[in-house]
Amino acid sequence: MSTTNHIGKPTSRVDGPAKVTGAARYSAEYNVPGLTYGWVVSSPIAKGKITRVHADEVLALPGVLQVFSHENVPSLAWFDRSYKDDVAPGGSPFRPLHDNEVKFSQQPVALVVAESLEVARYAASLLRLEYEEDKHETDLETKRDEGFEPGRGKTGWMPPPPPRGNPDKAWEEAPHRMEAEYVHGAQHHNPMELFATTAEYHADGKITAYDKTQGVYNVQQYLTKIFGLKKDDCRVVNEYMGGGFGAGLRPQYQVFLAVLAALELKRSVRVTLTRQQMFSFGHRPHTLQYLKLGTNADGTLAALQHHALHETSQFEDYTENVVNWSGMLYQCDNVKLGYQLAKLDVYTPLDMRAPGAATGSIGLEIAMDEMAYAAGLDPLEFRLRNYAEQDQNLKKPFSSKKLRDCYHQGAARFGWEKRTQAPRSMRDDAGKLIGWGIGGGVWDATQQKSAAKASITADGHLTVSSAAGENGTGTYTIMTQIAAETLGLPIEAVTFKLGDTDLPEAPVQGGSWTAASVGTAVKNTCEALGEKLLKLAQKMEGSPLKGAKLEDVEFVNGQIRLRTDASQAVVLRDVLQASGETKVEADSSAMPDMLKQQPYSMHSHNVVFAEVKVDEELGTVHVTRVVNAVAAGHILNLKTARSQVLGSMVWGISAALMEETVMDHKFGRYMNHNYAEYHVPVNADIHDLDVLFVEEEDDIVNPLGVKGIGEVGLLGVAAAIANAVYHATGKRVRDLPIMIDKLL
Amino acid sequence: MNPFTYHRATAVDDAVRDKAGHSNAAYIGGGTNLIDLMKENVERPTHLVSVGKLPLAAIENLPDGGLRLGATATNADTAWNDEVKSRYPLLNQAILAGASPQLRNMATNGGNLLQRTRCYYFYDLATPCNKREPGSGCSAIGGYNRIHAILGTSEACIATHPSDMCVALAALAPTVRVSGPGGERSIAFEEFHRLPGDQPEKDNTLEPGELIVSLDLPAKSFEKNFSYLKLRDRSSYAFALISVAAALELEGNTITDARLALGGVAHKPWRDQEAENMLKGQPATAETFARVAAKVLENAQGQGSNNFKIELARRAIVRALRQAAEGSQTASDVFLNSNP
Repeated sequence: MSTTNHIGKPTSRVDGPAKVTGAARYSAEYNVPGLTYGWVVSSPIAKGKITRVHADEVLALPGVLQVFSHENVPSLAWFDRSYKDDVAPGGSPFRPLHDNEVKFSQQPVALVVAESLEVARYAASLLRLEYEEDKHETDLETKRDEGFEPGRGKTGWMPPPPPRGNPDKAWEEAPHRMEAEYVHGAQHHNPMELFATTAEYHADGKITAYDKTQGVYNVQQYLTKIFGLKKDDCRVVNEYMGGGFGAGLRPQYQVFLAVLAALELKRSVRVTLTRQQMFSFGHRPHTLQYLKLGTNADGTLAALQHHALHETSQFEDYTENVVNWSGMLYQCDNVKLGYQLAKLDVYTPLDMRAPGAATGSIGLEIAMDEMAYAAGLDPLEFRLRNYAEQDQNLKKPFSSKKLRDCYHQGAARFGWEKRTQAPRSMRDDAGKLIGWGIGGGVWDATQQKSAAKASITADGHLTVSSAAGENGTGTYTIMTQIAAETLGLPIEAVTFKLGDTDLPEAPVQGGSWTAASVGTAVKNTCEALGEKLLKLAQKMEGSPLKGAKLEDVEFVNGQIRLRTDASQAVVLRDVLQASGETKVEADSSAMPDMLKQQPYSMHSHNVVFAEVKVDEELGTVHVTRVVNAVAAGHILNLKTARSQVLGSMVWGISAALMEETVMDHKFGRYMNHNYAEYHVPVNADIHDLDVLFVEEEDDIVNPLGVKGIGEVGLLGVAAAIANAVYHATGKRVRDLPIMIDKLL
Repeated sequence: MNPFTYHRATAVDDAVRDKAGHSNAAYIGGGTNLIDLMKENVERPTHLVSVGKLPLAAIENLPDGGLRLGATATNADTAWNDEVKSRYPLLNQAILAGASPQLRNMATNGGNLLQRTRCYYFYDLATPCNKREPGSGCSAIGGYNRIHAILGTSEACIATHPSDMCVALAALAPTVRVSGPGGERSIAFEEFHRLPGDQPEKDNTLEPGELIVSLDLPAKSFEKNFSYLKLRDRSSYAFALISVAAALELEGNTITDARLALGGVAHKPWRDQEAENMLKGQPATAETFARVAAKVLENAQGQGSNNFKIELARRAIVRALRQAAEGSQTASDVFLNSNP
C-alpha cells in the first residue's frame, strides 16, 4: 500500500497557508531598503503629440526625485527586436516614453518618482502636459471594410486552413440554413492584484525586479535587451500572483518604468498601476463574427463558414485563433474560414484566457444552436450527429478525444432528457421562464520546453525548482505532487520553487501548458535524481538493490524497493546518511516528443449545459445551474483542477451577461474603467456549478498524460447561456453581454 | 490625492465652526465616497472635518410617533435597527439593496444623502463634465449614457443620484435637520436634492457649511404594503439602472394612500406626487398601475444608450406597485430581491 501516490489526489494548495496568513509576498510587497515610488501619468487623449511637459513645476515639490518623460529618457535600445518579448505579435512594440507620440488613450506619458507614494501621487496629479490632438479612430464598426489578413502572427498563431470542399455551393443547396453575425465588445483581464514592479537597485548596479508577470524569463530578456544589462545583472522574481489571465504574458510598462527609474536614479523604485491603468495594456479584442451553416436532411452539416474580424493597434498585429476551431470541432466536408484584423487607435489586444477559442466558441456554438432549431433537431442530438472522429483541419486522428463521453455524462448529470425543445416551453413554479442551453469547445494540448532542478538534503527533504509561473492556478501544488510521487515522498517532504530567473528556465505560464511542460520536466528531473539515489543505495553495505536497474525499482513510502519484491527495500534517508553527502542534486529538462506526436492532433474538449431563469417582464436573467464536462487527459489534482474550471464557468457567466469594456469613441477612451462599473459576477450571481472530469487516457501528449485545464473550461459557457436564454424566451441575442436592455 | 489637514470634531458646533474656519474644507463621515473622489482628484479639499464620531448616531422615537435617524448612524445599523425593521421595512430593504456589507458598515445616513453621481465622465478628469468643472460641457450627452437620467435632465447634465436609501426616503418623506453657521433648520426631503438645471455642480440645497444632523421620519410608515425593487446589471454591488420604492395603504382592494419614488432616473430621488394622487381611490389593479406608470414617464426622455430605461421603468413601476399591493415583501437581514 503506497502512501506516496499523490497524482490525481485532491491535495490542498501547498501555498494556501502562506497566502491566507500574508506570508506570501506579491510584487508590490517587497519592502527593500531605501525604496522610492513611481506614479504613472496617463494620456487623456487617444492620438496626437505631447507638445510640452511642465516637469519643473512638479520637481519643485519637496520629496519629488524626478519626472521621466520622452524629454529626458536616456538613449535606449534602438531596434524593434530589442522590445519584442516572447509573446509579442508581429509589428513594432510600444516603447514607453519613447517619443512625443500618443498612440492610445491612457498611454503612459510620464513617471513621477518621489520619496513617498503620497508625494508621487500628488505630484503626478499636478503634472501638466500639453498635447496637440489628432483625429483618432477607435470604432471597429467603421472598419468593417478595411479588414486585412495578417501576414505575421505571434508564436502559436495559425492562419486559418484553406477552404475544403465547396462551401458556397453546399450552403446554397442545403435544405436547412442559417446565417448570422455575432458580436462581443472588448474585455479586460482585471486580475485583483494590480500590476506592479519593485525594482531593487543593488550597490553593484545590479537589478532585481519583483515583477507581476506570467513569465520571469520573458521579462528578463526584455529588460536586458532594452537596458543593455547582462543576464547576471538582472534578476526577475515573481513568486505569487493575484491572478493573471494572460495580462501578465507580456512585460507591461510598469516594469520598464520601474527599472528605467531605478537605473537612472540608482535607487530602488516601485511602480504600481491604478485600477484605471489596468485598462491600458491589452484586452480581449472587440470581435465581429459571421457564420453560415447548412444542414442536410439527415441532420449532418453540409456547409460551415466562419469569418471573424477583430481590432488591433496601429503598431502591432495581434492575432489569435478565432475560427480555426470551427474546422475541427464538427465533421463537415465543406468549410470556409476567414480571419481579418482592423487597425484602430487603441493599445494592442492581448491574450486573455482561452484567447480566440473563447471568442470563436461563442459564434460557432450559438450558430450551432440556431442551426439545430432550423433543422428541427435537439441541440445535443445535432452535435452528436456531427461528431468529428478526426481533425479535418490537419487530417489527423486525435491522440485522444472523449468528447462523446462528455456529451453523455454531462447530459445525464444535467438531466437534459427532460428538456422540451420549443422555446418558452419550460417554467418554474413562480412562473419564470426556464431555458436550457448547450455549448462547448476545443483547446490545444501542447507542451513547451522546460527545465528543472532537484536537490535532496541529508534529512530527506526534496527541493525542486523551475522558473514556472503561479497565477493562482495550482502550479506549486501539482509540481509538489509530481515530485513527491516520483521519489516516493510525503507532500510535506517536498518544496517547489518557481518564478525566479535564478532557477532553470520555464516557458511563460499560458496556453494551459504548464502542467504538461513543467510537470514533465519535474518528473524527468526527479527521475534523474532517483537514478543517483539508486546508485548511492547500491553502495550501501548489504544493499538489497545491488545490480538493480532504475526500471527494476520503485520509490514509494520513503523507500527505494524492488518492484518484484517490496520487502527488498532501503529507506531513502538511510541512503543519504550512509552516502555522507550533505545533498544530492540533479538537473534535467523536457521537450515534446515530436516524433511520437507528429501523426496526431492533440486537444482537450468540453461541453457545457446551462440553465437560466428569466423574469421576462423585467429582462433579468439568472444562471441557476451549469454542468461543465471536461475531457482534458489525466487530472493531476481534482481540487485545483475543479477550481480552475469553476473559475472559468464564473467567467463564462460574466461574458454572457455582464462583462464589457465600453469605449466612448468621441474620446477614444474606455469609460467604465473601474471595478464599480466594469461588471463581473458577485457571489449572488453564482448558483449551482458542477464540474465533471471525463476519464481520458493519453500517452501521446506527454508522459504524464495531461492536457491542461486552465482554459478549456471557459469554452462554450457564454454560448450555452445565450442558447439557454433563447430556449427560455424565444429571443436570440447575438451581441454579448446579454444585459437587461437586450431582453426588454 | 492632495495634502490635507484633518480635524475630528467633538460636537456639532465644533464641526460647523471648524469648517467655517477653513477655506476648501469638507465634512467627512464614513468616507466611502469622498475618499474615492479624492483619490480620483475629482474633489480636492485641503481640510477635512471628521463628523463620524459626533454624538449623532442614535436612532430614537419621536414624540409625534416618528423615528429619528441620527446622521452618523451607519447604514447597516439603520437597516437592522428593530424599529426600522418593524415600522419602516421599505427603508430596510432599500438600504440593503445598496453597496456591500463592508460599505454599509462604514457609510453614514447623512453621507448617504450626499453621495455624488456615478457618471463615468464625472469621475474621469480626461473628459469634460459640468458637474465637476462648471462650463466645461457634458460628455454624457451624446456619449455613453446607459446609466444616465431620463427625467428632469438639463442641457448641462444628465447624471443620476446613485442612492438606494434615498429612494425609500423620498417615498417616506422625512425632514432633514441640518445645523450650520446660520443655526438649525429643517428641509423637507423632497426639497433636499435638486435637479441639475444650469447649476449641476450643486447636488442639493444645503447652504455652505451646513451639516446634516438627523433624518426625522414621520409616523406614517407603510409597513404592510410596500416594495423596493432594484434592477441592475448584477445581483449586488451595482448601482440601480432603475429602482422603485412603492408604498400603499389599502382598504380592501382600494388604494387610500400611496407613495411612489424612483431611483436611477434623475439627478435626485424622483418622487411623483401626481402619480401618487392618481393612485388614491383607485383599485389596486394592473390597469391602475399601468396608467400611473405611463403618467410618471410621460415626460421621460432617452439619451441614446439609456432609451431602454423608459420601458424598464414603466415595467418596474407596475411590478413594484403590484408587489406592494400583494404585501409580499418583508424586512430582512439579507437582501433577497435579486435571487432567482
